Amino acid sequence: MSTATVETPPQDAVPAASHLITVTFRLRRFNPEVSAEAAWVDYPLEIDPKERVLDALHKIKWEIDGTLTFRRSCAHGICGSDAMRINGRNRLACKTLIKDINPEKPITVEPIKGLAVLKDLVVDMEPFFQAYRDVMPFLITTGNEPTRERLQSPEDRERFDDTTKCILCAACTTSCPVFWNDGQYFGPAAIVNAHRFIFDSRDEGGEQRLEILNEKDGVWRCRTTFNCTDACPRGIEVTKAIQEVKRALITRRF
Amino acid sequence: MSTETSPTSSVEMTSSSAAHSPDNPAPVIQPPRARTGRAPRSTRTNFEMYGWLFMRLSGIVLVVLVLGHLVIQLVLDGGVSRIGFAFVAGRWASPFWQFWDLLMLWLAMLHGANGMRTIINDYSERDNTRFWLKMVLYTATVFTVLLGTLVIFTFDPNIR
Repeated sequence: MSTATVETPPQDAVPAASHLITVTFRLRRFNPEVSAEAAWVDYPLEIDPKERVLDALHKIKWEIDGTLTFRRSCAHGICGSDAMRINGRNRLACKTLIKDINPEKPITVEPIKGLAVLKDLVVDMEPFFQAYRDVMPFLITTGNEPTRERLQSPEDRERFDDTTKCILCAACTTSCPVFWNDGQYFGPAAIVNAHRFIFDSRDEGGEQRLEILNEKDGVWRCRTTFNCTDACPRGIEVTKAIQEVKRALITRRF
Repeated sequence: MSTETSPTSSVEMTSSSAAHSPDNPAPVIQPPRARTGRAPRSTRTNFEMYGWLFMRLSGIVLVVLVLGHLVIQLVLDGGVSRIGFAFVAGRWASPFWQFWDLLMLWLAMLHGANGMRTIINDYSERDNTRFWLKMVLYTATVFTVLLGTLVIFTFDPNIR
């Protein structure tokens, strides 16, 4: 493109490369076997801005530095493996287009906060899943098992529809300042999944779950900062769900 | 055949793991204060719920009490310049203002203390720090509330 010749039409040669732009990816690298300190490393890439951040991470891992470690499974926003802090916000790398996050400046990618980093972008999810297990995210019923499926009206289903969308990516819990400071807090994701069963008309364990969330590290630690609602890649109104659990706890007493 | 070669020495180790061995393990990653199966189960009380409710309700009442207090003390009828011993004595002659100030003292102190308790719970990292910060907070709260109550009820306008 730099040398313009008379007879060649520029349209033929230029479009092949012109959709690529140079983007700097600034990754938070950490390898406990090399250094106890994490460090920012820059990776300049020639990449199509319509690609996703995950594609850029693949390009770095496959073509530049194979030691880069991150989680991803489905790569299409369903499995919830690749939640990471991109430009300071928790997002799914597979649902974030490079053109949407200002590729003129370096794009920072770091692990989600509040959980122990194992390597590079991989964190220990165990405390997160422990909180999830603690709210008993399964159907609890009494009496004999019915001979047919448990029916439910569309209105009853609609009541908890929003919280069924959770993919357990931990973007909400690790955006919560209370969770950053005290990992004992259940966190938004666990409360969302408790909400999904508390407001299910077929479930009979709501009272037990409310009792669990009424404890010291339950919903009352929520400070209503809305970080979780902003972070959720599935668009769940997380803070609203937490407030609904609070309301259920209060109306249960009064 | 003089020496036995250990399996590890024959393997070319990569630079990233060369420095570490069972004798020289990699540094341990500092875990967060994780939720574990042994995490303390708090007693089944509604204390946190009542605390949360108290903050909302006392906040609403305090808006009226504090704004009213500020308007009366600082704006109306000459404002701050007329405040003195006689002014306070005159107001506390009425049970209404005694009640107003008493309610404001209790609600504001407990509201503030509960807010500070929340902040201490959120931000103090060690159990010891948390315990002692709360002790200081509770001592200050009890002292202020009791002293203020005592003054309101035993105030003597004829003191010399």
